[in-house]
Amino acid sequence: MKKVSAAKTPVYFFGTCLADMMYADSAMAAIRLIEREGYEVVYPMEQSCCGQPAYNSGFPEEAKEVAWKQVQLFAKHDYPIVVPSGSCAGMMQVHYPKLFKDSPDLFTVKRFSERVIELTTFLHQHAHAVYQDKGTPIKATWHSSCHAMREANCIADSKALLKQLSNVELIELERERECCGFGGTFSIKQPEISGAMVSDKVADVVATGASVVLSGDCGCLMNITGHMEKENINVKGQHIAEFIWERING
Amino acid sequence: MASNEKFNFAQNVAEALADSQLRANFRFATDTLIQRRSTVFASPEETDFLRDVGSSMKKDVLANLPDLLERFEAQCIKNGIIVHWAETAKDANELILSILEDHSAKKVVKGKSMASEEIHLNSYLEKHGKEVIETDFGEFIIQLCHEPPSHIIVPAVHKNRKQIAEVLAEHVEGMEYTEDVDVMLANVRSTLREHFKTADAGISGVNFGIAETGTLCLVENEGNGRMCTTVPPLHIALMGIEKLVENVEDIPAIYRLLCGSATGQRVTTYFNMISGPRKKDERDGPKEVHLVLLDNGRSQIMNDPQLGDVLKCIRCGTCLNHCPVFTRIGGHAYGSTYPGPIGEILVPQLEGLNPKGAIATASSLCDACAEACPVRIPIPEIIRRMRDESYGNSDGASVAGHGYKKNCLESMVWRGWRRSQTCPTMNKMMLKGLALFGKWLPAVGPLKSWMSVRSKPKFGKNSLKDLVKKEGVRHE
Repeated sequence: MKKVSAAKTPVYFFGTCLADMMYADSAMAAIRLIEREGYEVVYPMEQSCCGQPAYNSGFPEEAKEVAWKQVQLFAKHDYPIVVPSGSCAGMMQVHYPKLFKDSPDLFTVKRFSERVIELTTFLHQHAHAVYQDKGTPIKATWHSSCHAMREANCIADSKALLKQLSNVELIELERERECCGFGGTFSIKQPEISGAMVSDKVADVVATGASVVLSGDCGCLMNITGHMEKENINVKGQHIAEFIWERING
Repeated sequence: MASNEKFNFAQNVAEALADSQLRANFRFATDTLIQRRSTVFASPEETDFLRDVGSSMKKDVLANLPDLLERFEAQCIKNGIIVHWAETAKDANELILSILEDHSAKKVVKGKSMASEEIHLNSYLEKHGKEVIETDFGEFIIQLCHEPPSHIIVPAVHKNRKQIAEVLAEHVEGMEYTEDVDVMLANVRSTLREHFKTADAGISGVNFGIAETGTLCLVENEGNGRMCTTVPPLHIALMGIEKLVENVEDIPAIYRLLCGSATGQRVTTYFNMISGPRKKDERDGPKEVHLVLLDNGRSQIMNDPQLGDVLKCIRCGTCLNHCPVFTRIGGHAYGSTYPGPIGEILVPQLEGLNPKGAIATASSLCDACAEACPVRIPIPEIIRRMRDESYGNSDGASVAGHGYKKNCLESMVWRGWRRSQTCPTMNKMMLKGLALFGKWLPAVGPLKSWMSVRSKPKFGKNSLKDLVKKEGVRHE
């Protein structure tokens, strides 16, 4: 299945801070999926976080410094920057230019933002990935992260990839467009409200009868699976990249 | 829980979340309102176009507000409306009282008006011996319970049918308990009819003021607004200065945006265009119409290009319906006239960040509000600005109370975070530390909050950086 790679531009990979801390395997699966389509993946070793936690918490200066660090790290080549998270991709595409709106670096930052692309959009729209499902029949449900939906606009691509998996029955969530309650530091600053939101989201997940809930964002997954574990609910949470990688490799 | 009482947001939130009936009522209501809105705005292309029109229309109005207000005033005066300017809430209350006093008016019927809630008009007038009767069905119910509205459009949305039946049976003379909505409505209507007949004055809000013609537009469904503004001999309209539109032809778009967003209707049952008092040869209408133009901090807000966007708001309340936080805690928890996302950005500006800045933490920044807003107010961005100003981090801080949240610990945490994300050695050490000792982190502080409803996060043995190296991915 591996496509000819010679003519394809390499791509940069921005792994996200959560992948570094908790979801390294998911990000690794994402890298493998990109490579599978014949692209060489380049990973700048000093990358860290997109800066969103500080940006959303009222510390834009800290966010700006962290953002600038990333911009510099990906400046060596003009490669597309693939991000396995709609939320981080949204931050980099939509909010970086705002952070630098009065800065002489705005031009550089905008060039960076334009190169950012969410993983499933890259796989579906650019790499035209085609998948053959080797897994056993399974019921899965899909959680759309808010920023994947409203900033990175990548949900249609994520679902298009999942729909190629012939043995996966995708059952939509009752309130797919509603936030799971993660919101970065929101889950810590307003734990009760966030708790009420995630518990409703998990109830919707359970109601689908699916055995796995998928998402393109590790933040949401951490929140949803964390609550399911606490409540002893037997549904697995998985990043879409890892799920697809497992399905196509049998 | 009115704005002037002691405000403890955390406690309000805890109480609201503990009330399962309240949560169920809000869930039901917001689900219904979202669904209704979606039927009116079924075409995304058309909706986007309409929202662009509404947004730019309001933007233009704000850009030319002083001139338009002068034009509006001149036209109103030409129409026979007596115009007053109120810089503060206190001014507005005193003005309205003095108009009532001038006419020896004792009994007032009121249409729904958020501006009047903002200035706490009812309690002021009651303190000065006036009888004030709310005539919107929802407002009537909550007035009986001595509660403020819990929603901009549906003030009694926090109560279900049974609870409303109980309120009516308990507080209204001669009314028996019934869950039959038609009977309830008929009973309230006949009670209100008596008040309309005997009131000395009517007070209303204004949804749109048309600068070109000096017309006051009132959007409603129950007909009570029309009763308030036509039956009593005196009509006083209260209007925030930002509620202007420039021309009559601007009305169809903005009216459609308001109805569709607020109640999911294409048009409302009543749309009143008030252009002045009763003329010589006319048989009905008030003998005098007064208009009170309320500033109450608005011109200050207007001076800031980012914050000024909040004044585009047409008070449709759709951001409340789409907000997952509002749906969980309801309007009263915000302890403010304007709850939900719009309240989070408007109230701290009207009342100061200390103490009202706390409500800006009640958002996961999911952007559902901005996605629904008919005039495209970038609500999440202004929420970020409120948070930023709360810590006093912004250069252009302008909201009263900015910097109230400044504290060394949190600043240090974010400085440490910045360091760990910009210095590769520190980053490596942090990841290594989490991999080795993450599972022994004590459940205190933020981790305790996290673990109140979730299991402890599992830090990976390897960072992605480790795997990239191990598995031979090209790195630089």
